[in-house]
Amino acid sequence: MTIEVKNIVKKFGAFAALDNVDLKVGDGELLALLGPSGSGKTTLLRIIAGLDWPDAGEVSIGGEDALARGASERQVGFVFQHYALFRHMTVFENVAFGLRVQPRAIRKDEATIRARVKELLDLVQLDWLANRYPSQLSGGQRQRIALARALAIEPRILLLDEPFGALDAKVRKELRRWLRSLHSEIHVTSIFVTHDQEEALEVANRVVVMDKGRIEQIGTPGDVYDNPATAFVHGFIGESIVLPVDVSGGSVRLGGRPLNIAANGAASGASNLFVRRHDMQIGPAGSGALEGAVRHVRSFGPIQRAEVALSGGEGKTVIEIDAPRDRELRAGETVSLQPRRYRIFAAQR
Amino acid sequence: MTMQSGLATSPTQLRVYAPTADLDVASPPSREQERARAIVSPRDSRTEPGPVRFVIIALALTFLTVFVVLPLVVVFAQAFSKGISSYVAALTEPEALSAIRLTLLVAAISVGLNLVFGVIAAWAIAKFDFRGKTFLITLIDLPFSVSPVISGLVFVLLFGAQGYFGPWLQAHNIHVLFAVPGIALATVFVTFPFVARALIPLMQEQGTQEEEAAISLGASGLQTFFRVTLPNIKWGLLYGVLLCNARAMGEFGAVSVVSGHIRGETNTMPLLVEILYNEYQFVASFAIASLLAMLALITLVVKTVLERRLDEGQIPSDD
Repeated sequence: MTIEVKNIVKKFGAFAALDNVDLKVGDGELLALLGPSGSGKTTLLRIIAGLDWPDAGEVSIGGEDALARGASERQVGFVFQHYALFRHMTVFENVAFGLRVQPRAIRKDEATIRARVKELLDLVQLDWLANRYPSQLSGGQRQRIALARALAIEPRILLLDEPFGALDAKVRKELRRWLRSLHSEIHVTSIFVTHDQEEALEVANRVVVMDKGRIEQIGTPGDVYDNPATAFVHGFIGESIVLPVDVSGGSVRLGGRPLNIAANGAASGASNLFVRRHDMQIGPAGSGALEGAVRHVRSFGPIQRAEVALSGGEGKTVIEIDAPRDRELRAGETVSLQPRRYRIFAAQR
Repeated sequence: MTMQSGLATSPTQLRVYAPTADLDVASPPSREQERARAIVSPRDSRTEPGPVRFVIIALALTFLTVFVVLPLVVVFAQAFSKGISSYVAALTEPEALSAIRLTLLVAAISVGLNLVFGVIAAWAIAKFDFRGKTFLITLIDLPFSVSPVISGLVFVLLFGAQGYFGPWLQAHNIHVLFAVPGIALATVFVTFPFVARALIPLMQEQGTQEEEAAISLGASGLQTFFRVTLPNIKWGLLYGVLLCNARAMGEFGAVSVVSGHIRGETNTMPLLVEILYNEYQFVASFAIASLLAMLALITLVVKTVLERRLDEGQIPSDD
C-alpha cells in the first residue's frame, strides 16, 4: 500500500511542527523518519495514522483520501513508544482486541479469532505469554505484543513511533534485526520514527531526515550518509568535523589563510567545511591543505583516533580524526591533513 | 484519610512496576532478593526510641477513642437503651420509614447523576486540553468550599416563591422547593465533586495512549470507553461513588434549607434525627442515627478495600 503526503502543515500555537511536508512512500517500503526531538517526525506519523489532524495538506493511503476517515476507519497499525498495551487485559485479549471490536457484520467467530491470535503470538514468538498481563512482561516482550496487536487488524500500513526508544541497548539491537526480518516476511508498508541514526541506517530501506518541521533529505541509508544534502544532515548523521571557512570566488579560506581545496561551486560568503572523521587523510608535514600537531592518540580496533590541534588561525582549533593504523601516529608530531571528501555549506545565521 | 492521599499512592505504585518488570520476567522474588529487601528496610534508620514511640501511640489512641469511638458507642447505647423492641418500633414508624425511603431515593438520584457528570467532567479535564481548564477544576471544587447552607439558599433564590424561576414554576404547578426535586438538586450540588475528584488524578496519570491504541485498532468511541477507559478507572469510580453516596445520605445543611421539614414527606434521615432529638424522643432519634452510623462503618470498610485495589494499580495479582 502506498502512502502519499502533500503540503502538510501543522501548527501548535505559533510553533510550526510541520512546515509544508511532502512525502511519498512506495508499496512494501520500510521507511525511517529520522530527526532530533521537536523535528515533527512523530507529529507526521500521528497525522498519517489519524491521531492528529493537519491544519492544511493532503494524506492518501493506497490512493484513497485518508483525511476523509477517522483513525478507527483507516486500518492503520500503530505501535506506540510506550507500548500502550491495555493493562487490564491479558496478552491474548490485547492481541484479540482489534478483532473483537469489528462491526458485527464482518466480525469473525470466536474460534477464528483464537486461531488468528495464536498465529500472531507465534509470529512474535511469545505464544507462551498468552495468559500474562502486560505488567508481567519485559519491555522487549511488551513491544513485540504491541506489534502483534497492531498486526491483528491486517493493517494496510504499519506505523511505529520510536519503537525501541524505551528499551536498553542490547534488547534494542536484537529487536532491530527482528523487525527487519519480520518486515521482509510480511512486507507491509511501514514507517518508523527514530532519533537514533544508527537505527535508521541499519533497519530502513529509505531514510527521511527531518529538522524543525521540514524534510531535509530523503534517500537510501548510503545516500544520506555519503551525500548529505544539507549542513544539518551532514552534522546529524555520522561524526563530522566542522570548520568555519570563508568562500570567495572559488577559493576557500580558514582563519584568513587559503586552503588548498576547491570550493566545488559553493556560494561566496561565510560557510562551514564538513569532513567525516575518516575522510581526513594524514600525510607528512607540508603536504596537505591543513597542518596541525597531534595531541593525543587512542588506538582501538582497525583505527586510531587522534586529537589534532590545527596550527595557524587565531585560537587553537582541535579536531578529532580517525586514521587507519598503517602508520602509527605519535603525540607531539606535526602532520598535514588533506580532506579526501568534503562538503561546504553556507553558514546558518 | 482524605480521598486525595488515598489516590495519590496509586500512580507511584504504577511507576514502581514498570522498571522491575523489565528485569525479572514476572518470576516471584527469590529468597536472596527477599533477604536483601529486609536488610535495607527503611524502618531501621527511622525507628524512634521505645518511650517516645509509646507516648506517641498512646496519644493517638486516646484521641481516637475520645473523639471517634466513644461517640459511636454512645449512639448505639442510646438507640438500644430501652431494649431492642423499642429500637425496632422506632425504625418502623411511618415517619421513619418515609425518611429512609426519601434518603435512599435522593441518594440514588444524586449518585446516578453525579456518576455521569463526574465521569464526563473528569474525562474532559484529564484527556483534553482546552481554554479555561484550570477554571473548571476550581469550579468542580466549589461545592466543597461553600457552606452547605449557602448551597441550599442558592436553590431557594432560584426556585423559591420570590426566586427567579418561582413564578413560572408556580404557574405551571411544578414543585421544586419543599419537595423531592429540591432536595435532590441540593444533594447533587453538594456531592458533585466526589466522583470527579476521584477520577481526575487517575485519568491524568493514565493518559490517552490506551484510548488512542484502541481507536487505531478500529474501536468506536463507545467501545473505547466501555472496553478500555472504564475498566481502567473502575476502582477509582467505585471509590468516588462510595464517598458520594455516604455524603448524599448524610447531608444535612443544604437539605435542611430546601426541605421544608414536612413530616412524613420531605424529611430525610439526618433531618428526622434532629427533629426527634428536639422533641426529646431520644430512642427514636438515636435509632435513626444508628442507621447512619452503620452506613458510615460500612463505607469505611468498603473504602479500605477499594483503596487497596487502587494501590495495587489495578494489576490482578493472580496468575
